[in-house]
Order: sequence, then structure tokens, then C-alpha cells
Amino acid sequence: MTNKARRGIGRRLLPWIVIAAIFAIWELVVRSFGIPQFVLPAPSAIFAAGWKFRVGILDNSLQTLMTTLIGFALAVAFGLIAGIMIGSSSLVYEAFYPALIGFNAIPKVAIVPLLVIWFGIGTVPAVLTAFLISFFPILVNVATGIATTEPELRDVLRALGASPAQIVRKVGLPRAMPYFFASLKIAMPVAFVGSILAETVAANKGIGSLMLVATARFDVALAFAALLVTGLMGMALYWIANLLERRVTGWSIRGASDAVVLHPQG
Amino acid sequence: MSAFVSVNGVSLQYGGAEGTLALQDTTFSVAQGEFVSVVGPSGCGKSTLMKVLSGLWPVSAGHAVVNGREVTKPLDFVGMAFQNPNLLPWRTVLDNLMLPFEIVEQHRNKLRRQRAAYEQKALDLLSLVGLAGSERRMPWQLSGGMQQRVQLCRAIIHDPLLLMLDEPFGALDMFTREELWLVLQDLWIERKPTVILVTHDLREAAFLSDRVVVMSSRPGRIIAECTVDVPRPRRTEQIYEPTISEIVLKLRAQIGAARHTSSGRPENRQIAGPASA
Ligand SMILES: Nc1ncnc2c1ncn2[C@@H]1O[C@H](COP(=O)(O)OP(=O)(O)O)[C@@H](O)[C@H]1O
Ligand SMILES: [Mg+2]
Repeated sequence: MTNKARRGIGRRLLPWIVIAAIFAIWELVVRSFGIPQFVLPAPSAIFAAGWKFRVGILDNSLQTLMTTLIGFALAVAFGLIAGIMIGSSSLVYEAFYPALIGFNAIPKVAIVPLLVIWFGIGTVPAVLTAFLISFFPILVNVATGIATTEPELRDVLRALGASPAQIVRKVGLPRAMPYFFASLKIAMPVAFVGSILAETVAANKGIGSLMLVATARFDVALAFAALLVTGLMGMALYWIANLLERRVTGWSIRGASDAVVLHPQG
Repeated sequence: MSAFVSVNGVSLQYGGAEGTLALQDTTFSVAQGEFVSVVGPSGCGKSTLMKVLSGLWPVSAGHAVVNGREVTKPLDFVGMAFQNPNLLPWRTVLDNLMLPFEIVEQHRNKLRRQRAAYEQKALDLLSLVGLAGSERRMPWQLSGGMQQRVQLCRAIIHDPLLLMLDEPFGALDMFTREELWLVLQDLWIERKPTVILVTHDLREAAFLSDRVVVMSSRPGRIIAECTVDVPRPRRTEQIYEPTISEIVLKLRAQIGAARHTSSGRPENRQIAGPASA
């Protein structure tokens, strides 16, 4: 094995080493200071609780994953459409932007009780909260990507007789893709947080609801196990968004190598 | 024969009555197949003149006529290139060159069925500008000079009758610039489009053009012009030989004289009359 390849593997292992080190130090601190279970459980206790309640945790995780993904998918669809409209037309931009800023300033926690009044306890408030909270970053990024198209590039196309729609399709949209995927990496965890938030208030299923139940029973280890699973799911979702981004907008990541760069025909 | 491009008493004010007066009573014309350069100080309205001729910006007064028709909207027989290469970074060189075909109506419908023929056009053009074999590369893998060659190809690939170049070599080093002058000369000799080249490099203007037009500082109007009667193909060494270097000196003198007369009375817009040498 060459030195370079060895260093590459070392780099890939690094995040796992950091995570393992955190758990090791945590375990050590809890044991050596004799911190009680119901204040801060040791990782070993958390893993044990996680294993013991694995069926319940899995069940609730899948529920949260589902509400997150549905809310997120809605946010992507509406964020893209609204972003394209707002980014393509300064008229639409001027008309809608102030209202959107105002809407975004409202803490979504304040909306959840309203959602409960309208839709009752259950899946719908979680989906809608995930949607509401992750919609805005997608919209803003897509709109920015399209609106910041270089005037000269626009002129090149306009001079050829391109319509505004053609300019958006050939330049605006492909140009907005890196912004779009960057926003997905923000919106994905945020949607997740939205779902859990709604579940702690307005659900009897989901990771948020599970955490609420666990803390009410002073089962702090279980609450931590749920947190851990939440973190893992967040990482997995981020990783998926990242992978997608690399495939679609490889051109914007000017890698050190001249390897094959995938590019959409737009 | 009447002029292919004719600008008659054109004024252009940006942003309403209080806005910048970029062009005032500008009049000039270009014959079919002629290569004309427009030189003038920065901010004098050269790019504005390009926007008028390409139909990107409406005039405030006067008439701009291209190919026998008043310019009111963009025309698809025009090709443009700018100082920035303006290539689409997510497309290969070849796909960048296909862009005009995807937009110009006359080609758009045929592109699907005759893709291979269109791509061959692009490949031929690439080898003409010395970029054979680069068609699959991405723009960021090319040097500035190479990107500018690609932009030239894109401007000319749909065989425009009028080619408008706005300081296309302004950001390049001297060596690359001279190379590209020759590339542009070759393209022009081969296709003979009407060319309007905006530049602030007098040698570039004199070397490439049939005629050089000098604009005053803002608001821009034509204050002098000068024909370059040197047969083509020209060699870059000729810039330093009397035929062309004398023209460069003459242009310098004309611009100096125009500066001198206008600098004392910046408010007066009448002073910069035709300062023919
Ligand atoms: N879109 C615009 N809106 C307002 N003013 C402009 C615009 N474009 C150019 N100008 C102004 O018009 C004048 C001429 O600009 P331009 O034609 O770009 O000059 P040049 O290309 O000769 O350097 C400048 O003072 C510039 O600031
Ligand atoms: Mg300019």
C-alpha cells in the first residue's frame, strides 16, 4: 500500500475516531465522578436502553422519518416552484418577499398548537411543521441562484432571441442547482427538527413523543437513546443530500483531479 | 449599396429623465462585411452602443437600423462576445457551442434530428481556433485565452451576419491577445461577417479593422475615424511597421486633441465636434 492511500484511509476513519473518543471520555467521566443515571447516563447504559427498547425506538423512528420525508418532499416541491417564480421575476420578488420574510420570522413552535386545533393530534401537524420550517431555506436559495445570473450571460442569450423562460431553463436553473443542493443540506435536518418538535406537542407516536414519555418516566437513558437515534438519522439524511449534490452539481465542485465530472443537460 | 448597420442621431439615457446620458446624437454606419473598431475612454458608452445595436436596450431618440430594419428587439442574426468568457460552467466546451443552436429558432427545430451535423460544425470551428480535441473538457479546465476562443466560436457558430465584440481580449495578457487577434482575423477572413469590435487598445483596433471609429467621453459621440488600408492577412509584426504604427499614432493624436478640447468645459456637450485630422 502506498503512503498516500494509507493517509486517505486514515482520513476517512477520522470522524469515527472522534465519535468513539467522545463516547469513551463520556463513559469515563460518568464512571469516575459517579454521576447518577437519571442525570447523565453513561453511553453503555444508553446503548443498553436502546437495545432493550429497540422495537419501540425503531417504530417511532420510522414514524418520524416518514413525517420528515413527506414534509421535506413538499418543501422541495413548493420551494423549487416558488423559488423559480420569485427568482425569475423582479415583480414577483418585490410583491412576495416582504410577506415571506414576515412569515419566516414566526417561530414554528407557535404554529404547532394551531395545527393541532385544525388537524388534531397525529401525523398531519408533524408533516406540516416539517414542511413549514424547511420550505423557506429552499425557496431563498433557489431564488438567489436564479436572480444572480450574470447580466452578461443573460445578454448572450437574450441577444440570440431567447425568451425569459428559455433563459431560466438554460441558465437560471442549472446555475441555481448548487444553491438548491446547499439548501437541501440545511433544510433536511431542519425538517427533522420540525417533525420532532411537533411530535413533542401534538403526537402520540414518533421520536419526539417517545422522548417526552421517557423523560416523564425519568428514563433518561431511553431519552438519550432516542436522541442518539435522532442524530444518526440526521447524519444519514445529510449524507444522502450530499451524495445527490455531488452527482448533480459536480461541475461546481472543482475537485483537485480532472476526473469525470457529471453535468446535467439543461 | 446602403449601409448594413446605420446609427442615426441615437441618444440613450439610462433610467428616465434624471438618469445617465450614455449616448448623445451618435451617428455612424458600417458596410456589409466591414470590420469596424470603436475605441474610446472607459464609460463613454461603447457597451451601450452594442446594447442598442443588439436590441437589448431601446434608444431614447434616433434610429438604429441593421440589415434594413429598425432594431426594436434582439435579432437572431447577431453574435456577441464580451470581456468575460461567459461560458456555462456546467457544460462541456462542445455543449457550450451548441447553445446558440438550442435557441435560434431556425436551428432549434432541426437540432434534434441533425445533432451530428451541428456537432461537426462545432468541431470544425474548434479546430479552426486551435482547440481541436478540447470539446469534452469543462470550461474551468481551460486557460483564460482558451475560454475566450470558445466564446468567439460560440458567437460565430450560427453564422451571424453581424458579430459584436465588446472588449473580448481586455482581460488577456499581451501574448495571448496577439494570438487571438490572429484567430479572430482567420475567422473573419473565412466567414466575412460584419464585425463591430469595441476595444480600448489602439493597436488592436488598427491591426484588425478596416476602419477605426473614435468616441468622445460621456455622453459618447463619434469624434473621429480613420481607415486602415492594409491588405489581409496581416501579420502581428506589422503593428510595429509604419503602415499600422502610423495609424496608431494618428489615432492617439486625435483622441488627445478631443480630450484637450473637452476637458476644460465638461458641462458643455457641444464642444467635441468632428475633429478630423
Ligand atoms: N444599465 C445601466 N443603467 C444605468 N447606467 C448605465 C447602465 N449601463 C451603463 N450605464 C452608464 O452609462 C455610461 C456608459 O456605459 P458603457 O456603455 O458601459 O461604457 P463603456 O462600455 O464605454 O465603458 C456609464 O456612465 C455607465 O455608468
Ligand atoms: Mg464597456
